[in-house]
Order: sequence, then structure tokens, then C-alpha cells
Amino acid sequence: MCLAIPARVSQMLDDDRAIIEIDGVQKEISLALVDDVAIGDFVIVHVGYALGRLDPAEAEKTLELLNAISQTSSETVAS
Amino acid sequence: MSAPQVRTKREFGRPLNFKRGVIELSHGSGGRAMTQLIDELFAKSLANPWLEQGNDQACLELPAGRVAMTTDSYVISPLFFPGGDIGSLAVHGTINDIAMSGARPLHLSAGFIIEAGFPLSDLKQIVESMAHAARAAEVAVVTGDTKVVERGKADGVFINTTGIGVIPEGLHLSGDLAQPGDCILINGTIGDHGVAVMSERTELDFEVSVVSDSAALHDLVRVMVATAPQIRCLRDPTRGGVATTLNELARQSNVGMVIQEAAIPIRPEVSAVCELLGLDPLYVANEGKLIAVCPPQHAQSLVDAMKDHPLGRKSAVIGEVAADPHHFVRMQTAFGGSRVVDWLSSEQLPRIC
Amino acid sequence: MKYIDEFRDGVTACGVAKQMTLEAKPDRKYNLMEFCGGHTHAIYRYGVRDLLPDNVNMIHGPGCPVCVLPIGRLDMALCLADRDGVTLCTYGDMLRVPGSEGRSLLKAKAEGADIRMVYSAADALKLAHQLPDRQVVFFAIGFETTTPPTAVAIQSAQAQGLENFTVFCNHVLTPSAIANILESPDVRELGTVPIDGFLGPAHVSVVIGSQPYEFFAREYHKPVIISGFEPLDVMQSILMLIRQLNSGRAEVENQYIRAVSRHGNIKAKRIVADVFELRRQFEWRGLGVVPYSALRIKDRFLKFNAEARFNLNYTPAKEHNGCQCGAILRGVLQPIDCKLFATTCTPETPMGSCMVSSEGACAAHYIYGRYQDEAETA
Repeated sequence: MCLAIPARVSQMLDDDRAIIEIDGVQKEISLALVDDVAIGDFVIVHVGYALGRLDPAEAEKTLELLNAISQTSSETVAS
Repeated sequence: MSAPQVRTKREFGRPLNFKRGVIELSHGSGGRAMTQLIDELFAKSLANPWLEQGNDQACLELPAGRVAMTTDSYVISPLFFPGGDIGSLAVHGTINDIAMSGARPLHLSAGFIIEAGFPLSDLKQIVESMAHAARAAEVAVVTGDTKVVERGKADGVFINTTGIGVIPEGLHLSGDLAQPGDCILINGTIGDHGVAVMSERTELDFEVSVVSDSAALHDLVRVMVATAPQIRCLRDPTRGGVATTLNELARQSNVGMVIQEAAIPIRPEVSAVCELLGLDPLYVANEGKLIAVCPPQHAQSLVDAMKDHPLGRKSAVIGEVAADPHHFVRMQTAFGGSRVVDWLSSEQLPRIC
Repeated sequence: MKYIDEFRDGVTACGVAKQMTLEAKPDRKYNLMEFCGGHTHAIYRYGVRDLLPDNVNMIHGPGCPVCVLPIGRLDMALCLADRDGVTLCTYGDMLRVPGSEGRSLLKAKAEGADIRMVYSAADALKLAHQLPDRQVVFFAIGFETTTPPTAVAIQSAQAQGLENFTVFCNHVLTPSAIANILESPDVRELGTVPIDGFLGPAHVSVVIGSQPYEFFAREYHKPVIISGFEPLDVMQSILMLIRQLNSGRAEVENQYIRAVSRHGNIKAKRIVADVFELRRQFEWRGLGVVPYSALRIKDRFLKFNAEARFNLNYTPAKEHNGCQCGAILRGVLQPIDCKLFATTCTPETPMGSCMVSSEGACAAHYIYGRYQDEAETA
């Protein structure tokens, strides 16, 4: 597999580079593989490169869905 | 007209240049240069009656009781890291190995192997840091040795320290005493030292404000054994981290262990670095942590006493000892499953997959 | 950690697990392959298996680039590292893997070879600038996720006119490996290994998108769920597979929709296509020779191709006779079915591909899951 984690872009640098931040950890990465990234965006970081963007709205939807599944089961089991 | 001043001949010509000077092979060859280094740096910084005698050995009078002795060699890159350096580490590490027997550490020796060309300024900083750590811990560096090797034959400086201490009457702690049902405690957050050191390694290229937890734990141990002399074992989870220490204790005591992931204190920054580099924090080194195993009825009072000590504010009960002929260390994950926490097959390396 | 911790929540997991138990039909088995080592790792590391119904059987696939790299390719890297004037850089993952006669890159380094661990292809490029008198070779491994950064490094090397930087390319392709598994006789014809559906890769799919998997759903009638690597992602994806199988569907669905689109990262794909082309065939450790399953550097970038510059030739190396990695990777056997498992083959002395990285099926089982075997045999 490929170890990659979502991180927030906290600062834009020259040459397609940026600083990302995860819980107090900063790291410089390359934005060579993605266009139009802005400060505050979440990107998926792998071997020092942003591979793509993370869509916060979709992340929330997935979490809502997971919570809904989780709650349905509790209700079903309880009833 | 004033009387002519009586001038004693300077013993060593010019004093050592701690700004721009470097270690030369002559500093380890037993001649005048070596004596000067010892006088102007080691004896001066580490000053105590034993060193002042200038003998090749320290003659010690020890209080009554069993004597605990340990030795450890320190090779670390980088030599300076947030929260300490090789000098303070060489004091803390050896004090802690003594303290894990319940002993009060008393005396240390220090052996330096220095690479020719090593800056005197760095050496001075390391020795002063060592002196500071020893003084704070009320432990004396009573004897020492310096060797210089050719450039390229060492990585800056290596330090060996040996320590002795005396165990209070009636106290018996050992890694083979853990029993099923006992509680497992830790005195704070895991992985701080390893992450602080990694943050200084330029090739990994990340920034974080975590500092090493490097600290002398004997005072915390003093409080702990006073609160609960029934403690079965203490061990400091240094290289190989908490996972390795638990596996060692399980094997030695012929038991298994079950720990709770959610109970293990960890800083968010340490989690994040581990996530970024693909490391498991359970295997990351600590230098100011201890694992304690004690009978369950004493766990609460012990953890309360630990929390009252500055080096134990985030103490927690993280699991318990179980009967298991296979000596597995298992972890209930915060996610709700379980897994083995195995021995490390070798040092963890940052990974991409 | 935002967008990580939320997907590791134990309370939600418990609820999803209950729902799975409600929906999984007790009269059938669900044999699901997680292609990626990332999923294997998550399943073991978080103890996901403990939360799954008993009739859900997870088969660990070949999605670990370290595991599938044949010994012969590693031997080529070792041979390169032994040359005078060469500095070989690679990711930490490769350093401990034993090549022929058990020699690893770490051992070669101990013997004096100049081998450096890098975190990024860009670091290898930086090293080439810092060491103008040495030939810096980047030993590149990885799936579609790791390929674009290598491509960027090669493009930059050309733009900068670097003369002392080359890449030993071992990038491989996920869809070809999935096809190979589906085409293997024991899966397709004999039906001895009923793989009912797949968890598709998370980060590979960030790059290639979900579209390449549509073929598998259509051609082989196997559902594929593109799944994130966090444990709740895995749980939700397994539930989605159960639902598809219950209703007789075989579609591609995207659970990791927060980062994967149908067409993936078009810019990254374009950069890869600029630098790399398909190899006619490539050997995979455990799977054998797989047609069109790997990439090589295009002739336009020939001077950055280490295989050409150093005239390297591939000689297949012999695997251990008793090794069952191939069968394990196709789901025909479980790690514990192999006689070597946990006896002569351990993470310290791996004999086969599945033991060489913590993501391999055998290593993951050895490191994280072994106590269950002991409990079962006790």
C-alpha cells in the first residue's frame, strides 16, 4: 500500500512547494502534482508530495453515513 | 613603586581555546595536552572531592545495603537534540538503570571516546550539560577516562557511564516478579525522546515542538517505593520503546500482558509524527519514562503518588498482567479489537508503504 | 488529527459491526480480498477482524510493493550499490529485505556500499546536486501512488540538466495484478478460491481514479469498493460489499469519495505518461510474470534510466522451495497453512515475499495476529 495522510496546507512557498501542518507537526511538501491548492485546503500527502485533495464536505458526509449506520444498528438491536 | 609580582610559570602555555579549538590526537595520548583537557574541562566542570584527588580510581564509602551497578554506552546522532544532549543523556540513562532496582544512585564513572577534530566548544557544552545533570540528580561523576581516535573512526563523541547505587533495606524489585492480575503503570507520555531526536535529523525534514523527556527518575522512584513498597518491577522503556519493555518483562516473569491502547498517554504531535513516518509509537524510545508493575490493590495509590511528582503528572494504569504461557503482549485497540504487540524485529525505519 | 481520528472511533465501529452482523446472511460466506497492504495493516493494527462476523473472511492480496518485488530486481540494486562511485538511495522499506544469499541493502551498507535512506524522490535529486562526483541512483519502488513523484524527479533532473542522477525503476500497476489474480486458474476455473469481492486501493485510486476497476466488476462480476485506509473506512466498505453480494450486484462503488474521483488525478497521470511507458512483462514475487504490469522509463529520458546507463540485466532468482507465498497472495492458502510460517520464516529471517514487509499477509499475521493461532491450537 502507500502510506499517505491528510494534512492542512498552512503556508504557500515558491516553486510549487508548501508547508503542511498536522497536530503541531510541520513539513514542507511539493505541490507539483496538484493544481490550485490554497491555504487551508486538505491534501493527501505521500512521500513528500500532495497526491490529491481531500474534500471536507465528502468527509463529513461519509462520517454522517457511518454514524447513521451505527445508530440504526443500536436501535434495531434495542427494539 | 610596587613590589615585583611573583609570577608562577603557566603550566600549559596557552589555555584551551573553547571557541575555535578542536580535539587533537594528543588530547588522548596521556601527555600534557590530556592533563590540560582534564584540568580545564572535565575536573573543572564535574568538580567533586574524588576528582580533585587526581587518582586513577575513586575510593568510595557506601552506605549499608545491596549495591546496584550498571553500565551503558551512549552513541547518538545528533549529539544535541531538543531537551538534552549526549552529556545529560549519559547521566540520566545510567541513573535510571540504577533507579529501576529501587536503589538510590550515588556515583558515576564517565568514559569519553572522542573523534579527532571534534570542536572543543561542543565538548565543553556536553561536559557542562553532564555536570549539570549530575549535580541536579545529586550524583557525582567520580572517575573518568578520555580517549581520542583518528578522524573518521567515531561519530563525534561516544560516552560510556557506569553507575552504582544502594538499595534500601527490604526492597526487592525484579523483572521476573510480575504476576497475573498485577497492574501495569507508566509515568507519562510515550515516544517524546525518539520523536525529538528524529526532528533534528535533517533527512526526515519535519518540524515539531516536542522535546525529549530525558530525565533522572530516581526521585520519582523514591516516592513510588515509599508509597507502595509492594511494587514488583520497574523498567525504563528506552530503545525499542514501551512494546519492547513489556515483552521483556512478560518473558522474564513467564506471563502475558494486556494493555489498553486508549489508556496510554501520548502527545498529539508524537502521534502525528508517527503517522507521517509510518512508525508505531509503542516502539519509539523514551528517556524519562518507567513502566511499573504492582499488585492491583496498590495501583490507585501508586498512580496518585506518581501524579503528585513533577515527572509523573500524566501517569496512568495502562493494562494488566495475564497468565499466558506464550508470553504475548496483547493490546485492546481503541477501535475495539485486539492485536499482538510483538517484539521489534529490528529498529523501526520510516516507511512509505 | 483531522480526518484521521474521526475514522478510528471505537463507538461508531461497534455500531457498524452490529449492523454488519444484522445484514450478513448466516447461510453463506463472504470471501473478500483486500488488495492493498494498507488495508491488511489496518485490519491487523486496529483489530478490525475481531469486529467482523465469523462468516466474513478477509483474504490478503498482493498490494505491497516491497513484497512483490522479485529478489532478482533487488539483486540488481545490490549490484549497483557495489559499484565504485555509486550512491544508491531508496525508501526505508527496502533496506532490510533480503536478496540472494540473504544479503540486504543494510548489510551491503555495513560492508561499505554508499546506500542512503530517503523519504522522497526529491531528496534523491537533492543528493545528486550535493554529490556531483558520484552517480546517484534512486531505487524506485511502488504502485501508482509512488510513481508520480518519481516522474516529477526525472522531469526535474532533465530540466536541470543533471548528469549524475538515474532511476532504477520498479514501479508496478495495480489493475494488472488484480486481473492476474482473477485470471489465475484456481480462482477463475476451479473455484477453489471463491473471491466474492474486492476492497480496492485508497491512495492508488487517488491517482488512477475508480474507473479502471469498472472492468473487473463488468468482466468478472466481482464488486469492488474503493476503500479508505482508516479502520472505519474498511468496516464501511466491507458492509458495502456485503450489501452488493446480498443483492446480487457487482459494481464499483467509492467509499473513499473524500479523496477519490472517477478519473483520479489527471495532472499526475499526465506527468506519469510523459515519463513512463508499459513494460511488456514484469515478474512479481509470488505471482510470477505478469504481462503489462509495470512501467519503464521512456527512451526520451534514457539518460536517467539506471538500467540503461549501468547496463543492468535481470536474472530471476530462486525462491525457497517450501514457500507458499504465491498461493497465499491469491487467497488459496492462509499464512498458517505454510510449513515455513513462524518456523524458518519470520520477520527477522523472511523466506518469502509475504513476510518481508509488515504489510505482507504473513508478516502482519505474525506480528499482530499470532496469538489467535495459539489460542485455537491450545
